Amino acid sequence: MAEVPGHARVVVIGAGIVGNSLVHHLARLGWRDIVQIDKGPLPNPGGSTGHASNFIFLTDHSREITDLTLDSVAQYKEMGVFTQSGGFEVARTEERMEELRRRMSSARAWGIEAELVSPEFVQEKVPFLDSDQIIGAFWQPGVGVVDSLRAGTIMRERALELGALTTVPNVEVTGLDVEDGRITHVRTDKGDIETKYVVIACGVWSPKIGDMAGVSIPLTPAVHQMISVGPCPQLAEREGEISFPIVRDMDTFCYERQHGADMEVGSYAHRAILMEPEDIPTIDQAKLSPTELPFTSDDFDPQLEQAYELMPDLLGAEGAEIRYAINGLLSLTCDGSPILGESQVKGLWTAAAVWVKEGPGVGRAVAEWMTQGWSEIDLAHSDISRFHGHQKRREHTRLRTTESFIKTYGIIHPAEQYESDRNQRKSPMHESQEKLGAFFYETAGWERPHWYESNAPLLDQYGDAVMPREHDWDSRWWSPIINAEHLRMREAAGVVDLTAFQVFDIEGPGALESVQQTCVAQCDAAVGKVIYTPVLDANGGFRSDLTVMRLGDERFRVVTGGAHGASDQQWFSDHLVGEATLTGRTDEISTIGLWGPRARDILASLTDADVSDEGFPMLTCREITLTAGGGATVLASRISYVGELGWELYVAMDDAAAVWDALLETGVTHGTVPVGIGVYGTTGRIEKGYRAYGFELDAERTIVEAGMQRPRVKAAEFVGRDAYLAQRAETPKAVLCTLTVEDHRSTSGMKRYMLGGEPILTRDGATLTDGHGHHPYVTTAGSAPSLGKHVLLAYLPPEQAEIGTELAVSYMEELYPVVVRSVDATALFDPANERMH
Amino acid sequence: MVNVLVCVKRVPDSSSQVVLTPDNQAVDGRHAGFTVSSHEECAIELAVRLAEATGGLATVLTLGPAEATEQLRSALAVGCGAAVHIEADGVAFGPADVAREIAAVVRSHEAEGRGHDLVLLGNDASDTGDFQVGIRLAYALGLPVVNGVSTLEVADGVVSAHVDGPDGPETYSVPTPMVATVLEGGVEPRYPTLKGRIGAKKVELETRSAATQPAGAHRVRLRLPPPAPTTVEILGEGPEAAPSVVDLFEKLGIR
Repeated sequence: MAEVPGHARVVVIGAGIVGNSLVHHLARLGWRDIVQIDKGPLPNPGGSTGHASNFIFLTDHSREITDLTLDSVAQYKEMGVFTQSGGFEVARTEERMEELRRRMSSARAWGIEAELVSPEFVQEKVPFLDSDQIIGAFWQPGVGVVDSLRAGTIMRERALELGALTTVPNVEVTGLDVEDGRITHVRTDKGDIETKYVVIACGVWSPKIGDMAGVSIPLTPAVHQMISVGPCPQLAEREGEISFPIVRDMDTFCYERQHGADMEVGSYAHRAILMEPEDIPTIDQAKLSPTELPFTSDDFDPQLEQAYELMPDLLGAEGAEIRYAINGLLSLTCDGSPILGESQVKGLWTAAAVWVKEGPGVGRAVAEWMTQGWSEIDLAHSDISRFHGHQKRREHTRLRTTESFIKTYGIIHPAEQYESDRNQRKSPMHESQEKLGAFFYETAGWERPHWYESNAPLLDQYGDAVMPREHDWDSRWWSPIINAEHLRMREAAGVVDLTAFQVFDIEGPGALESVQQTCVAQCDAAVGKVIYTPVLDANGGFRSDLTVMRLGDERFRVVTGGAHGASDQQWFSDHLVGEATLTGRTDEISTIGLWGPRARDILASLTDADVSDEGFPMLTCREITLTAGGGATVLASRISYVGELGWELYVAMDDAAAVWDALLETGVTHGTVPVGIGVYGTTGRIEKGYRAYGFELDAERTIVEAGMQRPRVKAAEFVGRDAYLAQRAETPKAVLCTLTVEDHRSTSGMKRYMLGGEPILTRDGATLTDGHGHHPYVTTAGSAPSLGKHVLLAYLPPEQAEIGTELAVSYMEELYPVVVRSVDATALFDPANERMH
Repeated sequence: MVNVLVCVKRVPDSSSQVVLTPDNQAVDGRHAGFTVSSHEECAIELAVRLAEATGGLATVLTLGPAEATEQLRSALAVGCGAAVHIEADGVAFGPADVAREIAAVVRSHEAEGRGHDLVLLGNDASDTGDFQVGIRLAYALGLPVVNGVSTLEVADGVVSAHVDGPDGPETYSVPTPMVATVLEGGVEPRYPTLKGRIGAKKVELETRSAATQPAGAHRVRLRLPPPAPTTVEILGEGPEAAPSVVDLFEKLGIR
């Protein structure tokens, strides 16, 4: 019986498409003594790769997923295992056609060849499809199929040729040893391996392995049903594996993919059938393989008729039988993204919840990340550190994936909210907000008011200035009340619940050094200073942008957005120096924002502290005691993300409801209203040209491109400093610009409003390309009610980045004229920032 | 026009490692899924062929829980035209009980003027292997029975049943109505077609409750035999291994 080596530089657990790709790329990047183990035999150990349908559609609305897919296709092609077939996403309804137009937007933005075509076009390429069933299709000629098992073998062989790899199949992991927060050993039934790095790349089994080290890998095994019908004479007469384009029948949530003489019909229409990783059968117990479970025909039956409807002559052909039918297991996550990166256990990495279409790209990116601390393709949305506590519960994954499974081929609005497992985190003023008719969005598990129905009466007051939207899609998950709240805030003041902020303190000897080396901005400032700063990775790409308050010589408070707060906290924790400690304060501290021309009057009436511009200048913070709201002491920070005079008030959770009430009560006489995140996150922000991480800012963007460089770079060392200095010396390859839409009228006569993600083209619809070879797209779109304009942010090629440049935005396959209004961080509204004083 | 009744039993698929339920009363089909035994698949195939050839009807019958309708639908998908479901806890019903229940259905159909010329069963069930229901059913109905049938045909009210006996082929000529138990190997069971599957969904099942309470012999427990010792012999690696693989195939009679 084969034994595993006693020592390895890195152990990769899993020999599916991800594990195989990882060992190849790690070896290519110079890693040696790689040991790869799998519980099953080679080349098909029995995981999800082994039964994958192996086809690749290129366009996803997510840039990250699309880039990983495109990189994977390039790798599959290089290995000679890609067969191009072309692929259709067909529409049976007008609603779906609109979604296909949106797919065209994404295809244009990500640079993928695609077009919308007629039913006749589809039938010409797929003669056995009944074109009467469809009204149009989204055609991507670059779609194809791969041999993922062969690719895995090739990649393992390449690592073997470099003398970098030992692969041992039929080895079961029995334990992971962690000492002082670091992985030290992998225990197996064939011996133990001492190692400093482990990558869990075993798909549906990953949570079980993660648990061995106390790491939550929140994915769930889920069933995807597939049947194979054949032999079909129409297919049998053609050579090779595939000669007809793959058809995704989007409205019935199924696909038809030729495989030799057979037609595979796969379904995402059935109920969500989830499993626990511990309940997956062993190789011995399974009839076919552990991830090819017995077919439950009742679940598939409704799909049969729909498939038959689309391809009656083929699927009903004489002799064509259902010869293979499985409930195939694959991995799903609560937000649909993979789970990649280093866990809280140092040296223990994950690369899970990855589809065959992203496998090689993920392998490359994670290998780069392990090697150099960053990857060419930004993996922020897939980072394992993104999960907050409530998301690490298996229950959360189960509920969310149950809700989202049926949306696999669904039409999902960019602002759509989940319905399941809500109310996990409520701010202290939640009850008050419910009474105010808050419409809640969820961020990091927090329920956050996006707008308040109690402000509906403002709509009459502001009339058309609230920029109402006529089209259902444009106005879904949106309300003109947001714009009314915005106008009232600029006129009087608004009170904003910011409890979802991630707050953590860095204290003790080494605190200054820890903060200094993590942040770009100078943090060695006077106690009481508030510092806004980018945070970079070693490559000079954005990890985050956030605020640091110096509360003492050796005490700093970091405040960042909830959405990526868990990742930010992990990043700071990973960069602590000396004896500095990091303490999470998120669950102790609520934050309330107060902004608007009357903010000072309101705060002054609630405290005896000096809140004048001289006594409490911009970008400073201090504790003040309130005379109302239970006499609470709050940490007030004079800063603004909406371009108005005001403060963020950091309040103990127990005091927050009273302070909130006091602000609203006192504010009433000043015309103050509660204001939702619709204003804070979009309208107020974009009028000021403020960039947001996850929209304008990500690891593939630089400070210079974002127009956020300061005259000087601090002397102190910080992560990304060398790269940043180099970026400053070069001409940027793209420039973040602010644009306004000049005419909203569509050909139908209805006014349309972009939501983000749309491509920016020349006025006559020609493609633009920046110095990276990327095409410009809208990073944020939103109303700017104080300007009476719809504002778009986008990175443009430098030659277009001039004020006054006339371009177009493509929305639902129609062009709308836009004009460049700002080519740096200069705000369109109050450019001199006079209102903030 | 031949009317055939073919009786099947929902059993766990046993082509992988057999796992028992915690109470040792049944084989756990959680991992491998449920099916009917290979003998019964062949019995269905024979029934469907007879019905097709004579313009008759193949009716499938099972005794079992609600989930057993899955096996009825599968038989309908490959050509059976009607289905009878005797709702009962299959585990509690011993072979004598099951034979009595099937006999009741046969008599009832006879009384309604839709009697069966032929009742086919599997030689034995793949989970419990009792080998009893066919003979007990024939006895209960007072009909002739042939066991271990591979293929059969019907002409002029006489069934020719072919058995691959230990001493060579045997053929039995038996007048209808009669009972036969089928041994796998004589025919290749077909897979369902898409249209067959869609049609199967639309057939209304004849649902009956059990006529009697289980009274016959019952099961105390199932016990797994000790795992058979296995040895692994590596035949070689790469192209050099090909001759030894060929030798092995010849030894095993695979060609």
